[in-house]
Amino acid sequence: MHDAAFLGYISSMAEHDHDHNGGSNLSEMELRVRALETILVDKGYIESAALDRIVELYETKIGPHIGAQVIAKAWSDPGFRHALLEDASKAVAAFAPHVGNVGDHLIAIENTPQVHNMIVCTLCSCYPTDVLGLPPTWYKSFAYRSRAVKQPRAVLADFGVTLPVETEIRVWDSTAETRYLVVPMRPAGTERWGEAQLAKLVTRDSMVGTGLPKKPSEVA
Amino acid sequence: MDGVHDMGGTDGFGKVEPEANEPVFHHRWEGRVLAMSRAIGVFRAWTIDTSRYAIELMAPSFYLSRSYYEKWFLRNQNLLIERGLIDADEVAAGRALRPAKNLSRGPFSLADVDKVTRRGSYGRPAPAAAQFKVGDRVRTRNIHPTTHTRLPRYARGRVGVVERLHGAHIFPDSAAAGKGEDPQWLYTVRFDAQELWGPDAEAKLKVSIEAFEPYLERA
Repeated sequence: MHDAAFLGYISSMAEHDHDHNGGSNLSEMELRVRALETILVDKGYIESAALDRIVELYETKIGPHIGAQVIAKAWSDPGFRHALLEDASKAVAAFAPHVGNVGDHLIAIENTPQVHNMIVCTLCSCYPTDVLGLPPTWYKSFAYRSRAVKQPRAVLADFGVTLPVETEIRVWDSTAETRYLVVPMRPAGTERWGEAQLAKLVTRDSMVGTGLPKKPSEVA
Repeated sequence: MDGVHDMGGTDGFGKVEPEANEPVFHHRWEGRVLAMSRAIGVFRAWTIDTSRYAIELMAPSFYLSRSYYEKWFLRNQNLLIERGLIDADEVAAGRALRPAKNLSRGPFSLADVDKVTRRGSYGRPAPAAAQFKVGDRVRTRNIHPTTHTRLPRYARGRVGVVERLHGAHIFPDSAAAGKGEDPQWLYTVRFDAQELWGPDAEAKLKVSIEAFEPYLERA
């Protein structure tokens, strides 16, 4: 495909790195990225204001609060829970206008007292971005990608989570365009809680399977 | 390809270190790289599979030592050059030196943002009936293509059970090679940990992959 030219280019960039460290308040990467953006704008491919908007969306609008509202509704409404487990793309898109931007192939999987689910992408960084936003660095890290499928209990320990020995752990490696969302178990002691309050218990990590929802006492 | 990107089961990367209150982007340029990646999508110069393959082709030492968005940046820049959208001398100069060739549409603008923050559909009409059904025992093929594949090494030549059927999807192995979408049935195949990791595997563990039909044979 483009091996030789590509690798040659990489090595020239690596040298470039060493030549120009220091001497500027802007990092080498900042300068390179700015240069590429300038070229794309000057040639008429993109407008910078549109890039600003994409950054803003991921920083403020598309994040784990969307997933948290979905989970809180699933905990509160048995009909929605059923629809979510049946076809998550459809259920989530119909749920509320602010989560209308959900693409295809979203699949919700439910934790039970018997089975705890965990999501990983060993090959790259596939993640249910539509409902959780961009993945955190740990999700993309070599440590997580390498160990989650082999030693998930050790990985859970890195997150401070210990599950009963009798709980089965089920790891889903996202090797295609399907995207998985974990539906954690509703914490005890929340029987009278409304959806907005329940959503505060739902952490990002609990929807990836590396964490558990907060305890009611943590958000009261 | 049997590259370093295929990390499942590799030892030695240490503990997972979650960062408390992690920002969406750690540097301004990371957000620009992400946004450019999305924006360029409207020109359909390459597919998601091509973009993954381009990262897999990076030298192992580079892949392992550079940050996520550094790799994305280099991937974007290289594919833009390779597909003729920009030229290498422009990158060297840090500015455009000539007008865009064959601009298929106007610039990516605010009105286009919704198109690229919504995931596309990768499902396609099935070319034939599915060969396997839920509950079937299947063995993943022991294949080692030198090009892009989504069958991870740790799950090759292993016996599992079909748990879900997702319809037919674009086949990444074909799409990344520039050979078209070639839709194939996609399954969730579940393995016992002992099948993958031997007798010392963690107890009470099951692992699944998303497997395209050409990766599977009847067990």
